[in-house]
Amino acid sequence: MSIETASTIQDLPEEPIGAMGAPDRVDGHPANVSRRGFLAGTAGAGAGAFVLGVGLPVGKARAAVPASAPVIRVPAFLSVKPDGTVHLLSPFMEGGQGIFTALAQIIGEEMDADPASFVVEAAPVSPDYLVAQGGRRVTGGSRSVRSSYATMRKLGATARFMLMRAGADHLGVPMAQLSTEPGRVVHAASGRSVAYGALAAHALDMPAPPPGSVTLKDKADFRWIGKPVARLDIYVKSTGKAKYAIDTKVEGMVHAAVQHAPRLGLTVGTIRNEDQIKAMRGVISVHRLPGAVAVVADHWWDARKAVEAAQVDWQEPATHDGMRYMPADFDSAAFRAGLAKGQGPEDVAEHEGDVAAALASARTRVEAVYHSQYVAHGQLEPPSATAHFRPDGVLELWTPNQAPDMFVADIARRTGLPPEKIILHSPMLGGFFGRHFLYNTANPFPQAIQLAKEVGRPVKLIWSREEEFLRDAVRPMASVRFQAGLDANGMPVALNVVSATEGPTEAIANARGAAIDPAAVEGLAGKKYAISNTRIAQRYVKNPTVMGYWRSVGNSMNDFFYEGFLDELADKGGQDPYDLRLHLLQDNRRLTTLLKAAVELSGGWKRGPFKAPDGSLRARGLAMASPFGSETAAVAEVSIRDGQVRVHEVWQAIDPGSIVNPAIVEAQVNSAVALGVSQVLFEDVAYENGQPVARNFDTYPILPLEQMPRVHVRIVESGEAMGGIGEPGLPAIPPAVANAVSHLTGQRVRSMPLSRLKFTA
Amino acid sequence: MMHLEINGQSHEVDVDEETPLLWVIRDNLGMTGTKYGCGIAQCGACSVLIEGVVTRSCVTPVSSVVGKPVTTIEKIEEDPLGKRVVEAWVRHQVPQCGYCQSGQVMAATALLKQTPHAGEAEIEAAMTNLCRCGTYNAIRVALHDIAGTGAQA
Repeated sequence: MSIETASTIQDLPEEPIGAMGAPDRVDGHPANVSRRGFLAGTAGAGAGAFVLGVGLPVGKARAAVPASAPVIRVPAFLSVKPDGTVHLLSPFMEGGQGIFTALAQIIGEEMDADPASFVVEAAPVSPDYLVAQGGRRVTGGSRSVRSSYATMRKLGATARFMLMRAGADHLGVPMAQLSTEPGRVVHAASGRSVAYGALAAHALDMPAPPPGSVTLKDKADFRWIGKPVARLDIYVKSTGKAKYAIDTKVEGMVHAAVQHAPRLGLTVGTIRNEDQIKAMRGVISVHRLPGAVAVVADHWWDARKAVEAAQVDWQEPATHDGMRYMPADFDSAAFRAGLAKGQGPEDVAEHEGDVAAALASARTRVEAVYHSQYVAHGQLEPPSATAHFRPDGVLELWTPNQAPDMFVADIARRTGLPPEKIILHSPMLGGFFGRHFLYNTANPFPQAIQLAKEVGRPVKLIWSREEEFLRDAVRPMASVRFQAGLDANGMPVALNVVSATEGPTEAIANARGAAIDPAAVEGLAGKKYAISNTRIAQRYVKNPTVMGYWRSVGNSMNDFFYEGFLDELADKGGQDPYDLRLHLLQDNRRLTTLLKAAVELSGGWKRGPFKAPDGSLRARGLAMASPFGSETAAVAEVSIRDGQVRVHEVWQAIDPGSIVNPAIVEAQVNSAVALGVSQVLFEDVAYENGQPVARNFDTYPILPLEQMPRVHVRIVESGEAMGGIGEPGLPAIPPAVANAVSHLTGQRVRSMPLSRLKFTA
Repeated sequence: MMHLEINGQSHEVDVDEETPLLWVIRDNLGMTGTKYGCGIAQCGACSVLIEGVVTRSCVTPVSSVVGKPVTTIEKIEEDPLGKRVVEAWVRHQVPQCGYCQSGQVMAATALLKQTPHAGEAEIEAAMTNLCRCGTYNAIRVALHDIAGTGAQA
């Protein structure tokens, strides 16, 4: 038996797929979500469980689900088990950002169920779970909570309503006399109560509540939202019990390892020692894949040893058309130098005032060129995929992913299987930072599928760390030319910015779109400083590398450029960088408050240089960013030791409008600071002769504990629209560090990473 | 056939003697709490205790541990100190993605076995395991908590 009510909603905005990893642009405001979401109770004939689904329109074709795909309705968003545990299937993936806990808090708040009683796992692929972001199920752009907040509250409130109805039957009293306390329906007048778990069976018979009968709690009554609720996944992750894709076990499976072509585009010619490889210990078979050789063996180590022994004659492709081809002479340092010198058409992302005239009449003109580097995701879990063609014709696949519906559509396209014959499992992610979108050659699952088909058994493929460095989709690089004009008071009155770059979205599409790729310019565009004549443009330059989304996307480098140049302008104009920012933000109360909060957190503005208690000479720098619907301001304190930069302290104020869990916010800011410091100090995916120089963490150092600064976080809740949390803590860090270093050393920092430079102080 | 003693249990495995202990633990014995991260002893996700000493199992030939007791994350809570480390990890909400944390817990347990009152310098020297989520400050706080060396964060 099942009762379903679902409204048809006509106003789902269509968005290009490419916007998925990009920041909030269209529908970040929760109010939008509540318009398109309508909840429907669905009493499914589950195993004694009360289940509730979010009703969604099913007739409309969406990017991620082919129009012809039959609707698979899985009415099990939320279920209450007889033991009182609440099981939630999350539309979003957990990869350390705390989303499972945040959803439990939000739903638990309205449902009146302790978040600690929740068991959360990633939902399967179904239209049921396309509840946010205009019907696209993507974990990215720091959008999970803010895009689903209103929907999840309503889900929880509806569950509570239905449990109370069941409670009314159970206790034999009118529903109006009932209330709830965590996990129980209570009849205060008689002092009787009944646990949610005991109502699970009764709730099966409850119809969905009539529209308008469910009300949400007043914010003042929140018990869990806004509190530092403990995360649900901490214990399993502290004891090795959490299961990641790489831990997948399927009965009868064999293991595979690959050796990729050293350059993308090359194909497999002869394998000169194929017979020898086949004779190696444990080897079952040798396979030719597009641009790679694979060995299948009883155990992964044997597969890896054999495949790495393979002597392959790699062949140049007949044509480069339609592919990212890596030429044999590609050198990233030379490419970067060329970016700065190049000429070409400029596409304007933002233009205000008359920049040319303002530059011409300015008292002082300042020009500079900044640049960034490719960076790797470096998530600790190497990519893997386990593929299993079941006897019933269903393909089961386990692989890390941030967009399950898009993956299933892609698998269907590749295999010719109808989507209902594909089951994609989405285990816990061992870090992601943008690594697990659909990146074609950077995804291992097409290889695993081909191998499982050829072997006729389930295959688990793991990429070694070296193969991961060879095929990761890197964060784009840019060379940015700034021209600014200062007035007689040293204040900026004109700013012309041209970024020579390729955005990640247009890189994934491998084609320049009709409009500018917002992910290419965000962080240059969208700045809030009042500079009356501003022009932000992109000069599109195609790269041969495979590129993708990296934590905080365009902001991860663009704020480095902009905020660094802003400090340069302050120095040229004889202004203090803090005073200059306050001046340029004087009409923006939200950002003025935020900047002052960061500086106050640091004990007051103290640019230095000054002597620290340990005798080192230190300076501080500051920077701001407006990423993913949130606002940030950061102060960093640095010194120089043996010619290299040490970051000692970071103070960051973040205004995400409003929050769900301050402990998770603080953890995410710490995490984003770590990645920001790592990027600005160390990281650089350098290519020589068409190949990445670094193939593991020995030659691609990432931030270790010993270099992690102390991080102090202040959360400012302005009450503005809810912003993101996972990424916004990053963009202000590289420029805050660079500005401190520039001031301390007198050497202007205009490029990352700083480890390529030598400093004295 | 090689005889291994892992988590107090005897195992007979038939593998090449150069096979890294990590892959024997994961693939032959099916214990997946110990993680593969880099394969070259850089990240520490594969850390186990061999005779109580923290060791990166991804570069440890299985033949070298024959006859030596190996402890993996699966049994760390049976070690009183390991249990305290896990409790501190929970109390201070250390993990994010969690993938490196098996190794972090093993390294932390080994550090405290050797240096019960580890201070900041000892922590920085010993905790070389990489964490891409940047949980380092939480690790510091958890370790100082157990070591009784004060709030350093």
